[in-house]
Amino acid sequence: MKVFLINIAVKEKDRGRTAGRKREMDKKKVKARVVSQREIAGGIYDMWIETDLALSAKAGQFIGMYPHDKSTLLPRPISICELDRDKGRVRIVYRIVGKGTKEFSGYRAGDGIDILGNLGNGFPLGAAEGKRVLLMGGGIGIPPMLQLAKDLKTEGKAAAIAAITGYRDGELFLKEDMEKYAAVYIATEDGSIGVKGNVMDAMRTYGIKGDVIMACGPMPMLRTVKRFAEEDRIETYISLEERMACGVGACLGCVCRTKEKDSHSHVRNARICTEGPVFPAEDVDI
Amino acid sequence: MNTKIKIAGIELKNPVMTASGTFGSGMEYAGFVDLNKLGAVVTKGVANIPWEGNPTPRVAEVYGGMLNAIGLQNPGVDVLLERDIPFLKQFDTRIIVNVCGKTVEDYLEVVEKLGDAAVDLLEINVSCPNVKEGAIAFGQKADCLYDITSAIKKKAKQPVIMKLSPNVTDIAEMAKAAEAAGADALSMINTITGMKIDIYKRKFVLANKTGGLSGPAVKPVAVRMVYQASKAVKIPIIGMGGIASAEDAVEFMMAGASAVAVGAMNFVNPCLTVEIAEGIEKYMKQYKIEDIRDMIGCVD
Repeated sequence: MKVFLINIAVKEKDRGRTAGRKREMDKKKVKARVVSQREIAGGIYDMWIETDLALSAKAGQFIGMYPHDKSTLLPRPISICELDRDKGRVRIVYRIVGKGTKEFSGYRAGDGIDILGNLGNGFPLGAAEGKRVLLMGGGIGIPPMLQLAKDLKTEGKAAAIAAITGYRDGELFLKEDMEKYAAVYIATEDGSIGVKGNVMDAMRTYGIKGDVIMACGPMPMLRTVKRFAEEDRIETYISLEERMACGVGACLGCVCRTKEKDSHSHVRNARICTEGPVFPAEDVDI
Repeated sequence: MNTKIKIAGIELKNPVMTASGTFGSGMEYAGFVDLNKLGAVVTKGVANIPWEGNPTPRVAEVYGGMLNAIGLQNPGVDVLLERDIPFLKQFDTRIIVNVCGKTVEDYLEVVEKLGDAAVDLLEINVSCPNVKEGAIAFGQKADCLYDITSAIKKKAKQPVIMKLSPNVTDIAEMAKAAEAAGADALSMINTITGMKIDIYKRKFVLANKTGGLSGPAVKPVAVRMVYQASKAVKIPIIGMGGIASAEDAVEFMMAGASAVAVGAMNFVNPCLTVEIAEGIEKYMKQYKIEDIRDMIGCVD
């Protein structure tokens, strides 16, 4: 079965650049266990989960977490923040935004949880080879930057790694973690720490240069990053989010407008869960 | 023990199929379930040309279910024939293609193109609440439903299943109209039109404002409608609407469905279809039911 699917992926010549990277074939629903959880900033939680999904997960991919409350049926898409591939652990850092994440925030070590993973394509590490990589994370878009920085650092192919992280206020999170792998620059909306403003303001103020940008954050931030990248002709990858149902490419709920016809539906609507969530910025209309 | 059922002369190894739009064209779930174990795979609705669908947000969760307003995004029948049908052909399962259109001519074009394909049955979507033209407009008035069913029956080489909308006053009247026009089977229900408002943003959650409600929340409505339709017509009914377990599937069959389809709950448990097929067998064993057909409409 799996062999056939891989062949299909190869045969589909028109799958387009965004989806051309190796298609993940290890999607499964698994029972996992919470290892630890703590609140690291107001309403932002840091959870380690024991699951063998960690072995095959990549930076920029996400998992679907199922709440136990059966009135909330759908899996919650949450990006992978960090992986401990030796111990088989996945770290997520998420914000409480609704009933599902509120429930997750109450989980304690030992609690069981059903997870669908690994979903999406992840960031293209190869694109960083020999280049100065600029990582940009805004708010709850910061977490996926951590594993990305870690992989870039440990694989040692990037010439330099700088990370700009943008927060609402001085309640920073993941800063020390990021500093293990990248030179970190801070922007806060209220100016309490670092540059007052967003990640782009910090980039200009500190004069940070990159040959390739990888970014995740709220849509207004990603729009600004995309515009900047196009003006300065910088290769840029952005991770998008959208309301999702299935997470595996079946329901067509989470699409984004693409410049060219997408490979799946042959319109201009690629599936964020499957062709994304990471897209070359120039390929999407956001 | 017999789990086989027949729809319009086509034998299915078991009554479990997938509800259109919730299973892609099978490819997306083939890594989770063995498609060989399903009675049939019903594809996502396909039109004569690619459709872009609606703007996002297209989905929203509600208590015990979800709303969707995908708007029938699809790659068009040519891609389906080139890519999806050959994929499904590898499996020992029946292939049912869901057909949508904006005009009667659109439907007929798709039906004609599918005529020589390895497709076992056609399911005609005259009940999608999320597109402005066509679709549900054909499925909410008995005379319109009669006309489009007759037109399709004249062109179709495969048996025709009409997929009915629950957004009608009298489901029995609609079922009778489809049967009178020559429909070989009915599938029901499509989603129930719903709405969700974000009270903090004072905005509709879906870009389309309204969406189709599916999931366990709709099940009692669907069971009731299957029952009413089964009393009104002789053609077989494929029951669907919030099926989440083998027990739910059995309930639909007892209400009068010859087969069942699993829809939104695929998103909750990607392995659910096969689990339900196995669960039905377990139920039959436990209650010593030799022939699955003995359960169909057995409540009265």
